[in-house]
Amino acid sequence: MKRIWCLFCLLLAVALPASAHKPSDSYLSLQAAQGTAPLQGRWDIALRDLDYAIGLDADGDGQITWDELRRRHADIAAYALARLRIARGGQPCTLSAGSQLVDSHTDGAYTVLPFTAACPAAGALEFDYRLFADLDPQHKGLVSVEEGGAARTLVLGSGQPHARLAEGAGQGFLDFVEHGIWHIWIGYDHILFLLSLLLPAVLVWREHAWQAVAAPRAALIDVLRIVTAFTLAHSITLSLAALGVIALPSRWVESAIALSVLLAALNNLRPITHGRRWIAAFGFGLIHGFGFASVLGDLGLQKGALAASLVGFNLGVEIGQLAIVAAFLPLAWLARRSWFYRRVMMLGGSCLIMLVAAIWLGERVFDLRLLPV
Amino acid sequence: MKAGAAGLPRWCWALLLAPALAAAAPRVPASGAEVLEVLPWRNDPQQREVRELRASLSQAPLDLGRATGVARRYIELGRREADPRYFGYAQAALSPWWNNPAPPAAVRLLRASLLQTEHRFPEALADLDAVTSAEPGNAQAWLTRATVETVRADYPAATRSCARLSSLADEMITTACIANVGAMTGRLHASEALLATTYKRGAGGDAAVDAWVLGSLAEMAARRGDAANARARFRQALALAPGDSYLLAAYADFLLEQRRHDAVLALLAPHLRVDGLLLRHTLALAGAGDRERLAPELAELGARFEAGERRGDGVHLREQARFELQLRGDAARAVGLAQRNWTSQKELADARVLLEAAVAARQPAAARPVLDWMKTSGVEDPALARLAQQLAGQTKGAKG
Repeated sequence: MKRIWCLFCLLLAVALPASAHKPSDSYLSLQAAQGTAPLQGRWDIALRDLDYAIGLDADGDGQITWDELRRRHADIAAYALARLRIARGGQPCTLSAGSQLVDSHTDGAYTVLPFTAACPAAGALEFDYRLFADLDPQHKGLVSVEEGGAARTLVLGSGQPHARLAEGAGQGFLDFVEHGIWHIWIGYDHILFLLSLLLPAVLVWREHAWQAVAAPRAALIDVLRIVTAFTLAHSITLSLAALGVIALPSRWVESAIALSVLLAALNNLRPITHGRRWIAAFGFGLIHGFGFASVLGDLGLQKGALAASLVGFNLGVEIGQLAIVAAFLPLAWLARRSWFYRRVMMLGGSCLIMLVAAIWLGERVFDLRLLPV
Repeated sequence: MKAGAAGLPRWCWALLLAPALAAAAPRVPASGAEVLEVLPWRNDPQQREVRELRASLSQAPLDLGRATGVARRYIELGRREADPRYFGYAQAALSPWWNNPAPPAAVRLLRASLLQTEHRFPEALADLDAVTSAEPGNAQAWLTRATVETVRADYPAATRSCARLSSLADEMITTACIANVGAMTGRLHASEALLATTYKRGAGGDAAVDAWVLGSLAEMAARRGDAANARARFRQALALAPGDSYLLAAYADFLLEQRRHDAVLALLAPHLRVDGLLLRHTLALAGAGDRERLAPELAELGARFEAGERRGDGVHLREQARFELQLRGDAARAVGLAQRNWTSQKELADARVLLEAAVAARQPAAARPVLDWMKTSGVEDPALARLAQQLAGQTKGAKG
């Protein structure tokens, strides 16, 4: 029967993880300062794992008391720090332990080992993590490094003991700026919305027809108002949504964005707002902000670096938007008196935008797929 | 442009949760006698035995017999306690061979068992394939292989593996192997009848085998809607294997279905360290409308899933999808989790959570892989059939 019993355990092991405990993890967080100032670290290690490794339960009664634990503090610090190497700029850092505390995580009590890492050089951080690698190869170290308001995370363990974090406090921040620019660049609906509002900026509606404006000042002020209103509005809703104050279903938001493009283009054919397009830019900008937020949500914000990623992403969106304005405005100004601009670009272009927006609206309201983008 | 998921994004959830996590702060205990942690071992004879074996292994870490002995003991313990730390200890015992592309068959079989606990099924199957070709008479390997093939919905292969067992293992294990495949492929009633008959004849041997067979029979009865028989078998199985977390989870699901929330709360109260059982306990609290006890358990569950996510393994996806769907009401997120889970494992519970999430999120297209699987496998399950019908209604509604 022994043979079957073993057979049987192996078989049932398949079904196990569906209802398992938490596996063994340690939590290592590090606060990096500028230059060569020492890094401040905190390392939470489960008492159960430490007991398995070096034995904490002195009287063998199956319970670890505070007295038993604190008598082993020096051994714990020596054991743990011998299995962690941190280097900065290629130079090894000297780790020194502080006095330990106790904390609870979801699977029990942990010792909290504060430490400082004095590094001779500035630069990129490198980790070499070997804690419990010989005793429990499935153990993982969940590392989080906070630097200049941005937090980055690593998962280290016997499969991947070594990791290098590229230098720069703004690394995470710049990534989000880049995401923002990229999103405007591939977000055709935002580009078309902006173009619909900008097309008439070099014109004025007079006697039921579009006429070229005479002074560049008037056109510039108009553009400035529109861009500022749009920016202000989408920044408000982007922040509210990113902070979790408001959440709207993405299908409504995407449909409303398509509708906003449609209405903005329609206004170029039959002007209703008469030079007060900035109001439309503001109103519809509120909706576009929710659209940006869903993208930001998909990117996954770094916990503890919410503000940096929010500002970074928004900055990227503004940069992308200004690039469009800077490319469009000089050309429009030069072409504004031509028949081509007033008939083909302004009216034909707006009609085309309306058509595309109408298809988007249909797609999004009825959850269909008609256009490739 | 791509539409984002509806509802709160993941990081928002993390923000909402932050206060619950922050509640615990590092501290200095007030008294030296304060008990900080209760260790799960020490007085247990099985623990003592494995400690002695481990000490003997440390004298000769390259001794294959000692190493596999320790690993096997730890896998048994991990199974019994539902505690993955023991699987890590088992892996440590096998470490001289772990990264070897073709280790000895005994190591390879244990490595396959450990790989599947991490849901690394293709790697596990590669190992089992190698073991069964090298040792066609290895019953353990065939049975483990059949089980993994069933989880992966490769029923023809699972049936072949069970057939190889018939000359190697006893009748009850072979029959249970075949019946568990049959119950997924349109032969639920016949499989249950066959297994029940075999059980009547062969029961009374190893309690763990009996409990496993009874658990399978109970689940089959529950699927047929025979609640009385299901309850009786679950209770009998639990009497033979008290504290078995797989049985407890299955029985709790059955009771939840019957809306017997108080029974679930009583059943699972001593087992809340196990994530899957805490989930069912929390579902029972929600069902019973106990708001006061619900809030802290929700926060605890959220923290555990978040910890799993940080670690980056996907072994909790099925439970996490259920948590998002039934406790947090974030159907869109549940759909994503259930879809990821379905690419890894394809058991009834995996099918069910994806269909339920797709219905709630009104995303019939997301359920397509499960609906296709239902057609090709011919699985009979009233709950799945009902959900499929709801989805068909939604598809029609969207078109009309």
